[in-house]
Amino acid sequence: MSEIDQTTGSLYTTQRFDRRMARRRRRQSRLKWISGSGIVLAVTALLVLLGSIAWLGWSGFQQVQVGLPMDFSSGELQPQEGKSPAAAVEDANFRALVSDAVTRVLGDPQDRQAERARDALLSTSAAREVGRKLLASPDWLGRGRVVVWVPAGDEVGQIVKGRAPRDVPASDRLLSDRQLAWIDRLQAEGLLRTAFNWDFFTRTASREPEIVGIKAAVVGSVLMLLTTFAVAIPLGVAAAIYLEEFAPKTRLMELVDLNIRNLAAVPSIVMGLLGLALFIRFAELPRSSILVGGLTLALMTLPIIIIAARAAIAAVPDSLRTAALQLGASKMQVTARVVLPNAMPGILTGTIIGLAQALGETAPLLMIGMVAFIPDTPAGLSDPAAPLPVQIYLWSTSPERAFMEKTAAAILVLLAIMVCLNALAVFLRNRLQKRW
Amino acid sequence: MPGESKDHGSGTAEKMSVRGVDVFFHEFQAVKSADLKVHPREVLALMGPSGCGKSTLLRCLNRMNDPIPGARVTGEVLLEGDDIYAPRVDPAKVRARVGMVSQAPNPFPKSIFDNIAFGPRIHGFYKDRAELARIVEESLQRTGLWDEVKDKLNQAGTSLSGGQQQRLCISRAIANRPDLVLMDEPTSALDPKASATIEELVRELAEDFCIVIVTHNMEQAQRVADRTAFLYLGEVVEVGETRQIFEAPQHGRTKEFLGGQFS
Repeated sequence: MSEIDQTTGSLYTTQRFDRRMARRRRRQSRLKWISGSGIVLAVTALLVLLGSIAWLGWSGFQQVQVGLPMDFSSGELQPQEGKSPAAAVEDANFRALVSDAVTRVLGDPQDRQAERARDALLSTSAAREVGRKLLASPDWLGRGRVVVWVPAGDEVGQIVKGRAPRDVPASDRLLSDRQLAWIDRLQAEGLLRTAFNWDFFTRTASREPEIVGIKAAVVGSVLMLLTTFAVAIPLGVAAAIYLEEFAPKTRLMELVDLNIRNLAAVPSIVMGLLGLALFIRFAELPRSSILVGGLTLALMTLPIIIIAARAAIAAVPDSLRTAALQLGASKMQVTARVVLPNAMPGILTGTIIGLAQALGETAPLLMIGMVAFIPDTPAGLSDPAAPLPVQIYLWSTSPERAFMEKTAAAILVLLAIMVCLNALAVFLRNRLQKRW
Repeated sequence: MPGESKDHGSGTAEKMSVRGVDVFFHEFQAVKSADLKVHPREVLALMGPSGCGKSTLLRCLNRMNDPIPGARVTGEVLLEGDDIYAPRVDPAKVRARVGMVSQAPNPFPKSIFDNIAFGPRIHGFYKDRAELARIVEESLQRTGLWDEVKDKLNQAGTSLSGGQQQRLCISRAIANRPDLVLMDEPTSALDPKASATIEELVRELAEDFCIVIVTHNMEQAQRVADRTAFLYLGEVVEVGETRQIFEAPQHGRTKEFLGGQFS
């Protein structure tokens, strides 16, 4: 107001006003750049994270295999009177057969030490593997010579995949010069290949990194998540309905509300402690079991679901409740027929995000003992299991170099499941909303 | 039709009668000892300036004040001789018998069919799908909406225009075959043309139902109401034939309101 252009009599033609406008424009563009660079930073961080994990993990989906030229037509494996093929395989000395096959390719080892070095080229599971494959294709018995592909030893795999350095002094590597020469020999004979690592998806935890798999971990995670689902959703939605639709607005309810919000922020490891006290000490449920894990995660997810469901229920317009009441609907009918159907997309989205969070949780599971080496795929809720995040944690602490790529590969699988769950949340929300 | 149901045993000629009703919101008294009678097959308008308690009084007639926190209603409201505020009365039943249409159209985000069928469904008023379809058709016919929507009964009720939505809400209310229909400024959210359609509809519906309509619009009251009640500061100042209220108001306040001295 202080300055008026004397010639035009207007506030808007003064130099002072133009300067002000220019300053405003500069500030605006500065804000735009700052906020934009925030996005760029976040996306870059995400890409770097994904990129580095993918770079570390891609070779985990590959398995280096050695081809063994074998002949099963010899005596002990041929069909015998009163002996099933399975029993014959059971009794056969595959270790010797494998050893013979390797000798056929690489020549006779001169001494005990050389033999041990040669055995290390193959996975220690090689003999068992040959038996398993023979049972799967019994026609090998009458075929004469067949090449059976078995996993290579973990360090051989690392060398072939280029994960372990070759061109360093012998003292700095795990394989000797002689072993490296054998690898070259196998490669030259076409008896070394890199194949897709089906074992990673069909097998379970093992001490040998070349044949570990995530099957037990994934099954354990899924069963645990289903338990969480079954417990947390009905309880959470019911609590949200009560708090939004029925609860009187009293001091006590404000306290309950405050506590639920606080619970959602409680560190998950504390929830694990609660699970330990409640489910294992007090209820005496089996330690390390899927049931206890699922219940503990349900404890953790419950406040998240309650908060999301409450927000969704509160977002249902009151005019719809009024409309239903005006038509003579009871409170129950208003809730079941009007409020819940309209709140469903929001409830589902919040719920699935809560579950995705539960899926990636490790700390509370450590507290309830779900951190053991468990090579068996769980079959029921009372079976012990090491869910995927725990499996990742366990592998990340293993000393063998080959476990590093397995860790990263398992993280990729976990991320893929998360992305699928979030996509499902988006899909369900859009589908339910689009109906009208 | 429900409008023709006979009067209750007590011999009252009124569909509904309000006796000494007070409404409080916490300490504030919104309605002060109101007395009112609603005759069968008439349109009664509740008219008055904003904040005079006309909508609150209307909500007493189907107990829609109950869900409002801090609301307290005393006095008697008799529906065909029975007090709807008596201790054992279920408000849900009262609301089924006394339909209501809100100020702004509030169709459910469901199909047109499901909107109309909502009442019959929750009360179990039909035997089979065919009968439900018949109720839906009749209710839509009644408001003249049938011809406009008969080919799109599966479309969302919310996809209709504002005026159509309000007629949908009226259809939805009469699908319950109520004894009375309450309307709370049903045209205030609509354009003049749609308002005129609703006003015509109110006149037509009065052949079968009795209707209590709240309005702050004097012309509307003159056009649709058989009788008009004038409310001011929570009190029923004057009730009478609409023509008498407008041409020969008895009370000073009514004269001032009609003369445009306040609104």
